[in-house]
Amino acid sequence: MKPADIPALPRGVRLHFDRVRETWVLLAPERALTLDAVGHAILSEVDGRRSFGEITQMLAAKYEAPLEQIVEDSAGFLSALRDRRFLDVTA
Amino acid sequence: MIKVNPPIAMLAELTHRCPLSCPYCSNPLELTRQERELDTATWVDVFRQAADLGVLQLHLSGGEPASRRDLTDLVAGAREAGLYTNLITSGIGLTERRLKDLDAAGLDHVQLSLQGTDPAMADEIGGYRGGFARKMQVAEWIGAIGFPLTLNAVLHRRNLHQLPRAIEMAEEIGARRIEVATVQFHGWALENRDALMPTREQAHEATRLVAEARARLKGRLVIDYVPADYHEDLPKRCMGGWGSSGLNVIPDGQVLPCHAAQSIPHLSFDNVSERPLYDIWYKGAAFNAYRGTDWMQEPCRSCERKEIDFGGCRCQAMAILGDPDATDPVCVKSSHHGVLQASADAHATRDDAALTYRVSPDRAKLSTLG
Repeated sequence: MKPADIPALPRGVRLHFDRVRETWVLLAPERALTLDAVGHAILSEVDGRRSFGEITQMLAAKYEAPLEQIVEDSAGFLSALRDRRFLDVTA
Repeated sequence: MIKVNPPIAMLAELTHRCPLSCPYCSNPLELTRQERELDTATWVDVFRQAADLGVLQLHLSGGEPASRRDLTDLVAGAREAGLYTNLITSGIGLTERRLKDLDAAGLDHVQLSLQGTDPAMADEIGGYRGGFARKMQVAEWIGAIGFPLTLNAVLHRRNLHQLPRAIEMAEEIGARRIEVATVQFHGWALENRDALMPTREQAHEATRLVAEARARLKGRLVIDYVPADYHEDLPKRCMGGWGSSGLNVIPDGQVLPCHAAQSIPHLSFDNVSERPLYDIWYKGAAFNAYRGTDWMQEPCRSCERKEIDFGGCRCQAMAILGDPDATDPVCVKSSHHGVLQASADAHATRDDAALTYRVSPDRAKLSTLG
């Protein structure tokens, strides 16, 4: 993931609050991924307009965490989603 | 007591009617007739109960779900209940108009089955002339609307050589996923083992091709793979474990732990018309019959994999050994493993075996009873 990359959830992939298990999940074709607090925080900033650079800066400010760490965690998480076709990334 | 988690997925077999008559259909030999199918309001109520129970993913299947005239209303009802809706279809019975209505109703995803990669193969296996051409038209409409699409290629001895082309087709029609599903021998497929059993060489080649394609297409096409299990040494983790994550509602409202569970004679099944889905899942006799590991015999009982594969498939133990409590004979630890593998090799040599096609519910002899 490069700073200018724009991640977006493609059609058919959406965040959903699972009221029975009381947790956020990512619903995708024939899959449901349980999200931890970090995963949910990252995906909550993905709106198909903001770049990866903007998203990680916002997260670093919001959670008062080192940018470098946020970039590393977010890149790992988003790349794994992209490999499974749960995330589109445009340059 | 074992801890029982809420189910994640529900398979709703809306109807057993289908224009195709695939010889490996997973529906039972005893099909449900149209007049016994649940009505729209009952299905929508079941969807609400499922969401309340914790189901996230709803698979709308059949038979052919498009044979239900109320399919759009069912999708709308399921979305309103908060479920992720997946339509599992052959495409036959879907028009551009109906697909647009399904889009408006909120359908999330389509899984389109593939019986072969050319008209000759697909129409012979599906038993429906013109089916392949129609399916390709439907795939085009699905792409134009933008539904996320999974291609489900069902493979067996007669069409396993088409696997590379099936993967290419998935890319060409813009699918995000392809399910490479080697036929599992339940239901009608069990009657067709001579005609459909892959050879050992075919099974190994498919595994190699899938591994190669996964590496090559990483990030472009996701490949889910169901291997030819008679040729494996470790059994499948059937349904993710009996009564652990999924349930199946059949057209007349009976609730099964898996789609072949009716082949186990001592089980009895609750019906959504008579009992809340919550009670059926947590307290139903059929769901508790093989939950966890307490029911196991040796070699499962002392096996280090018993919570990985839960002894394999109960219906397969029933079908092959006549004992649903036995270790799945696919397992290398089963004393019947060698016999199963030899029988698979023997089935795979019967090149003159004819296909026994599935019949339609209205022609099924047994379903007129009750």
